Amino acid sequence: MPADQQETLFQQKVDAEQKIEPRDWMPEGYRKNLVRQISQHAHSEIVGMLPEGNWITRAPSLRRKTILLAKVQDEAGHGLYLYSAAETLGTGRDEMVDQLLRGTAKYSSIFNYPTLTWADIGAVGWLVDGAAIMNQVMLCRTSYGPYARAMVRICKEESFHQRQGYDILVTLSKGTPEQKAMAQDALDRWWWPSLMMFGPSDKDSPHSAQSLKWKIKRQSNDELRQIFIDRTVSQAEYLGLQIPDPKLKWNEATQHYDWGEIDWTEFNEVIRGNGPCNAERLAARQKAHADGAWVREAALAYAAKKGERNAA
Amino acid sequence: MTVQEALFRYALRLGDNSLVLGHRNSEWCGHGPVLEEDIAQANIALDLIGQARNYLTYAGEVEDKGRSEDALAYLRGEREYLNVHLVELPKGDYARTIVRSFLFDAFHLPLQQALATGKDERLKGIAEKAVKEVTYHLRHSSEWLVRFGDGTDESHRRAQEALDDLWRYTGELFTPDEAEEVLAQAGIAPKLDTIRMEWSATVDRVLKEATLTRPADGWMASGGKKGVHTEHLGPMLAEMQTLQRSYPGVEW
Amino acid sequence: MSSKNEQDWPLWEIFIQSKRGLDHKHVGSLHAADAQMAVENARDVYTRRNEGNSIWAVRATDIHASRPEDQGAFFDPADDKVYRHPTFYPMPEGVKYI
Repeated sequence: MPADQQETLFQQKVDAEQKIEPRDWMPEGYRKNLVRQISQHAHSEIVGMLPEGNWITRAPSLRRKTILLAKVQDEAGHGLYLYSAAETLGTGRDEMVDQLLRGTAKYSSIFNYPTLTWADIGAVGWLVDGAAIMNQVMLCRTSYGPYARAMVRICKEESFHQRQGYDILVTLSKGTPEQKAMAQDALDRWWWPSLMMFGPSDKDSPHSAQSLKWKIKRQSNDELRQIFIDRTVSQAEYLGLQIPDPKLKWNEATQHYDWGEIDWTEFNEVIRGNGPCNAERLAARQKAHADGAWVREAALAYAAKKGERNAA
Repeated sequence: MTVQEALFRYALRLGDNSLVLGHRNSEWCGHGPVLEEDIAQANIALDLIGQARNYLTYAGEVEDKGRSEDALAYLRGEREYLNVHLVELPKGDYARTIVRSFLFDAFHLPLQQALATGKDERLKGIAEKAVKEVTYHLRHSSEWLVRFGDGTDESHRRAQEALDDLWRYTGELFTPDEAEEVLAQAGIAPKLDTIRMEWSATVDRVLKEATLTRPADGWMASGGKKGVHTEHLGPMLAEMQTLQRSYPGVEW
Repeated sequence: MSSKNEQDWPLWEIFIQSKRGLDHKHVGSLHAADAQMAVENARDVYTRRNEGNSIWAVRATDIHASRPEDQGAFFDPADDKVYRHPTFYPMPEGVKYI
């Protein structure tokens, strides 16, 4: 079948909300776009373990410690599900990890910000996971079957992540003045980076239109960002915390919040590698990978020996 | 020492062993040699910290002075921690982590099995759950130890070095303190020499499969059971307790 | 740091039976050096929330799949075999338990 005809059939399937499966014909661009997006998503889960992992050893109660450890562990699991989904497109995990370690693959810039206080763990759960979940819920309906199935699993597991973060902040906001200040400080530092998580504005987003047509994405960056803001404001009010945006105001006409302007210079700098923790995050992943090389080799060598013995 | 005093110290010891080892294992989270192993190691740490919570809660009840699991975990100083030295040593490379876990798990499993048939209902209840968890821990550490021992030259060397280094910390596992003697008398805790026999058999079996050499028993470190630790526990606790110590009396 | 010259662990497809009596269902994949490790990794990765009763691990390279282009030839012929379905046979009124 000629390629243009296959492409028409492919688009018909997508338009009819049929899932695309690994062995189906798909345009090269679709495949590439997916590998890029899914592997970035997987890298984000893995690098995302670092800022929160930073507080596992310092969590202030045994209950909080177990919750945080379970959550960071979930992120490892989610990274794994996503690498799995990307692997169905013919790119091995080793290749994707290699791109991450070489610094040629992207991951969500939010994880290049430091977690400085315990309240940051609350803010990361509430805002960062909250923003991520918006994206992930949308992706449960993405056109590529394995990606959609991985996202359904992830969304089910993520539901406690945002709540545990908010729960930390509820406790802090009811606590001493120092604890309350800690919570406000975390919100001040995490608010804008969280909004940046939705990506560039629609008018500047290079991949968005095609992704929407292919139903890889189902809603635009700006749409999701607005929904996130609308939902989050009242949650901040309940905590008695001030969102650090003087322009934030309910608009009766649009039934949405108006809000200020994202500092896109900062956004672009962090993407370019000039965020507070870019170098540390990459170095930590490189070290784990390099230190683990002999472990992975040993397991393979042993499996080979055992295979030979069983065959003999 | 009365049975109740002994029980308090003993529940603390069980809790401290699990907590400190769980803490050390949790340090791998995000830094493991392969993603799948990161997840496995976190599961083990979660089991251990869960056990610690049960034991410390029970210790608080036995003591009857209103101390919670967190008061006991976060507000006791280094000298009041009663865990063995083996669990507090730094995590080292992955061979060291696996060897340490193996040496401890091979002791922990028969101990928990014995406690599950002991005379104290609460310890029994905690142990019944722990036995399932620790069975898996021992399986995990044994299999990795065999992979290392019988894997590459490098993995064999690393595993043997770790084993030689850590061997001197195994004696303390089986040297009873007064609390353990009192409780063994009362039929609440097992005699440690019977645990040692099972431990020794497991160690021989797995080391043989791993083609590793069992080190000779020489000088053995001790002191953890009476709160005299290596230099490594203090910094670990300082890190763990930082928020509770910096902001006394606050809810988190 | 490069993993290029390092061999990756093989890929395994994982099937989990969530309860006795149900089918094993495909849940995803993972990497493991050998079969035993694959089953144990699956336990840690895919049953963290008590989802499992039994695990199958299959080397991904051992799975043979039908081709999408065979879809018509493979599956459409079953479309018109309505006589395989019980509703094809109207039962006389009053006949029960069949």
